[in-house]
Amino acid sequence: MRGNAAMHDLVAPGSVTAVLNLLAQEPGIWTPIAGGTELMVAFSAGRLKAAKLVSLWGIAELRSIAATEEWISIGAAATFLDLRRHDLITSEFPLLARAASWIGSIANQGRATLGGNLVNGSPAADSSPALLAYDAEIEMISVRGTRRVSYWEFHTGYKRNVLAQDELLYAIRLPRRFGRHRHYLRKVGTRRAMAIAKVALGATTQMEESAVKEVRLGAASLAPYPVRLFAVERALLGKTVTREVLREAQSALLAEIKPIDDIRSTEEYRRRVAVNLLGEFLYELLHGGSSA
Amino acid sequence: MNTNGDNRRNAAWPAIHFTVNGESRTVQVPPMKRLLDVLREDLRLTGTKEGCGEGECGSCSVRMNGELVNSCLVPVLQADGADIQTVEGLSLKGELHPLQQAFLQHGGAQCGICTPGMLMAGAQLLAHTPHPGTGEIREALAGNLCRCTGFMHIFESMSAAADGLNEEQAKERGSKETHDAR
Repeated sequence: MRGNAAMHDLVAPGSVTAVLNLLAQEPGIWTPIAGGTELMVAFSAGRLKAAKLVSLWGIAELRSIAATEEWISIGAAATFLDLRRHDLITSEFPLLARAASWIGSIANQGRATLGGNLVNGSPAADSSPALLAYDAEIEMISVRGTRRVSYWEFHTGYKRNVLAQDELLYAIRLPRRFGRHRHYLRKVGTRRAMAIAKVALGATTQMEESAVKEVRLGAASLAPYPVRLFAVERALLGKTVTREVLREAQSALLAEIKPIDDIRSTEEYRRRVAVNLLGEFLYELLHGGSSA
Repeated sequence: MNTNGDNRRNAAWPAIHFTVNGESRTVQVPPMKRLLDVLREDLRLTGTKEGCGEGECGSCSVRMNGELVNSCLVPVLQADGADIQTVEGLSLKGELHPLQQAFLQHGGAQCGICTPGMLMAGAQLLAHTPHPGTGEIREALAGNLCRCTGFMHIFESMSAAADGLNEEQAKERGSKETHDAR
């Protein structure tokens, strides 16, 4: 069944305030749509449930990327091409720029938005491991005001998150303190272009002498939603990376993750790849490497 | 296939204005109607093709405000006020775009379904990067699928078109003024 355009309403009130008023007046009725790279696919296939949609496309405030000395604030409707073209993102948050380049095609990247990627909540979301590694913060807005949560608290289950019905994801904030960290990101998919991740791992690390002083690990497709790997981080913190520490970190990883079985891969395969990626990350940490 | 549902005009539908290939157009259609269907059904610009209908194949690629988009994923209301270029707008006063010329010479087109999308993806690349490297051409075409050529002829056409652009043409193809003049 194809979608029938006459069965759905779409409005474009043109400002954040107007969108928030609409969400507050009829909570749960309006579905925000930005670049449409998820919702329009559902529409074309005739499986879009939302009867009323409100467009976020073209609201400049939601697409701005602004920096202070301590933070970069990325509007939720900034596209992945916006991220790839932004000097501060490519220089200070290279993992995010690289993840943006993995998302679909150029045509997808010019429409798909960072906020949309998070709200859609795919366990395989390309931007998530980088955002988790950079300790991102999520800013949400409603007529009641704004609030923030750490990104690792944002997803609460498969395709579920902490947004209230009248709330809009407003911005993704990154602390500007990773300039001297080591950065690691690797995605394993079926092919280089247009493929969805079977497993992805992102990390930022700071070493002191030979010990791990600071480490943040984010993973995609290793749980029903993107997750920080806190147990693995604990297994590494303060340690010098030896074979034994590697084995402990890998055990912690296997205990911590709950990979899914789906059409793209099996749970068993994902576990093995995750263990190998952790090994690669630690190897590159010790010996240097292209993606570390 | 018609995704318009009821084809009769409905007063509740908004009037949507945009520019297509330099010409100002207005349509009154359901705001969720796909830009692809508006181009093909309402404006009879059937050069833009539907392949997968889910943003994977690139057959429906057009340029909107200087960016490449899959028109099957754009609800037409989001094109309100936009400047749109379709494959019909590539040639200038009857003269083929260098890319179209190169596709002819190098066998870049076979059955033709993917060709308009390939040309638009190529035009987008050359507008931003007049002298692309092989990696840039590969990335620019990664979202466009072809089931006939095995891609090499398309790749060669793209390279030839890029090599053939002299500095003035390259500059010209990148400028908004020329696009507006079409």
